[in-house]
Amino acid sequence: MNLHEIVFIICSAVILVFALMTILSRRILRSATYLLFVLLATAGAYAWLEYQFMAAIQIALYAGGIMVIIIFSILLTHHIHHKSKSFPLSKILTGFGLALLTAGTSIYVILEHDFKYKEAEKMEVDIETIGNHLISTGRDGYSLPFEVISLLLLAVLIGAIIIAKKDKPLNEQEN
Amino acid sequence: MFFIGVAGFIIRRNLITILMSIELMLNAVNINFLAINRYLYPDQLHGHFFAIFVVAIAAAEASLVIALVIHIYRKFRTIDVDQVADMRF
Repeated sequence: MNLHEIVFIICSAVILVFALMTILSRRILRSATYLLFVLLATAGAYAWLEYQFMAAIQIALYAGGIMVIIIFSILLTHHIHHKSKSFPLSKILTGFGLALLTAGTSIYVILEHDFKYKEAEKMEVDIETIGNHLISTGRDGYSLPFEVISLLLLAVLIGAIIIAKKDKPLNEQEN
Repeated sequence: MFFIGVAGFIIRRNLITILMSIELMLNAVNINFLAINRYLYPDQLHGHFFAIFVVAIAAAEASLVIALVIHIYRKFRTIDVDQVADMRF
């Protein structure tokens, strides 16, 4: 049991424990905090996999962007000290039953499958390579999804502004 | 982690907690992509790029969900999925 495995076990244990506490906590701000810990531990797992760029993006975008949005919306639309009602038993049974059933199926299938390890040991994950792949239009190029995502972000920006705009009251619109 | 997110999606009644369960699911899928990329295909980077795009799309989708939540809160004064039930038949 070398240090490599110990770090992985700690990372995944943190992720699983905090994910469970996220969905089971009755106060919503605590759920948000536990989700933040999950995202940070996920970034740690990416760094353990030697994808440092992905870990940095995860922290910058997810833990620093999406969590801020979620906490903003919680503070805007909620009474923080309001403890939500305890969950009805039927819903808990449905939710966890379904999750356990599908999780059991997935884990069984994954353990039964023999993955073939490719022995090509070339790992090429520096930022120059990532940038080259992201813009190139050749075989391993990703420039088309890149441009499409920029269009998607534009659409999301405009859509979010239009959805969350205040509607004018009707008598002002008729004048 | 994915199935914890699924259970959370079904159990919770608050819209924002449902959003958090969705983010859990997306993160679990991301870890899967990167792990398979690292261990089964170490000389290609397709999983890595897919994970980047998943993060970008999740960010866009989360912002849209928050815009919708703000609108719903303005109309119904609550964000309980059992009470925002105008379209239920």
